[in-house]
Amino acid sequence: MDFLNRVLGHPPKSAKNAKERLQLVLINDRTDITPAVLEILQAEIIEVISRHVDVDPDSVRIDIEHEGRSQRLIADIPLRSVPRRRAG
Amino acid sequence: MTTKVVTIASGKGGVGKTTAVANLAVALAQDGRKVVCIDGDIGLRNLDVVMGLENRIVYDLVDVVEGRCRLRQAMIRDKRLPELFLIPAAQTRDKNAVSPSDMVRLCDELRQECDWIIIDSPAGIERGFRNTIAPADKVIIITNPEVSAVRDADRVIGLLEADGKTDQGLIINRVNQAMVKRGDMLSVDDVLDLLAIELLGIVPEDENVIVGSNRGTPIVLDGKSKASQAFMNISQRLQGHKVPFIDLEEQTGLWNKLTKFARGGE
Repeated sequence: MDFLNRVLGHPPKSAKNAKERLQLVLINDRTDITPAVLEILQAEIIEVISRHVDVDPDSVRIDIEHEGRSQRLIADIPLRSVPRRRAG
Repeated sequence: MTTKVVTIASGKGGVGKTTAVANLAVALAQDGRKVVCIDGDIGLRNLDVVMGLENRIVYDLVDVVEGRCRLRQAMIRDKRLPELFLIPAAQTRDKNAVSPSDMVRLCDELRQECDWIIIDSPAGIERGFRNTIAPADKVIIITNPEVSAVRDADRVIGLLEADGKTDQGLIINRVNQAMVKRGDMLSVDDVLDLLAIELLGIVPEDENVIVGSNRGTPIVLDGKSKASQAFMNISQRLQGHKVPFIDLEEQTGLWNKLTKFARGGE
């Protein structure tokens, strides 16, 4: 249906739009973490982690997930594989 | 039975708090309970007109709190149901004339003589809201399937949680099922997903609500419209009975009436 709408140039249904916008707004309201704060958080986390391990800054993801009325901060930080040094 | 104090709040104005208070109070009184409803919206009273009792006001909530009259004197008896009473808000004062502890004391006194106390909260989350929440055993959050109403309801739920008021129920009011089907209105499931609290009732959008308030006759008094059925169901659930949620899909067109008739009708 979504695909068909897109092909035909129909805008997505407004209720879907409302729900998606509310999901983001409610997370901000409940946690006081705005997308801007999340970005700062991400930059600082990368900085701290990079001091100790090698990470690819572009693949780091920081998100807020919610389950019922509680939310949690989820950080997904893939590590760069270190080429093994040859012994001797 | 032990008296239960139920406050109806929404954050946003105009979503149907006063209508819900009037109809739930009438529905509970029709079940033979003694019910007192309190208008907590000091300075902007409206429960009196919605219930059709505006001409009987002598004393109000602030008069009781400030000791100008006894509690009984401010309780206006409903003209249709002898076990239903209204304590109106003061119209010429502001929210600060009453404190949360005043409300707790007043409700404790009322608990001695009635089964249900239903309190109408003002819009907003300031003093007036605090006043009406303080004595509540249960808080009903009412919202419409609309972004600003849902957002404000979420704020109220958060404040209640922070206050330790965990007995909460949600009424989703003014659901327009045709719009939901078209994809242009949040569905009951969408709102429940977002707010994540227990559902107490679904009330369809219904013109009869305005007709009822024009006349000062809450719709459950006639009991025929869909919205009045919804409010009666909510009153049953408040009393601990399991009642299925109303079917919003039910059509009222001629074809449906005919097929229903053919099936033996309801």
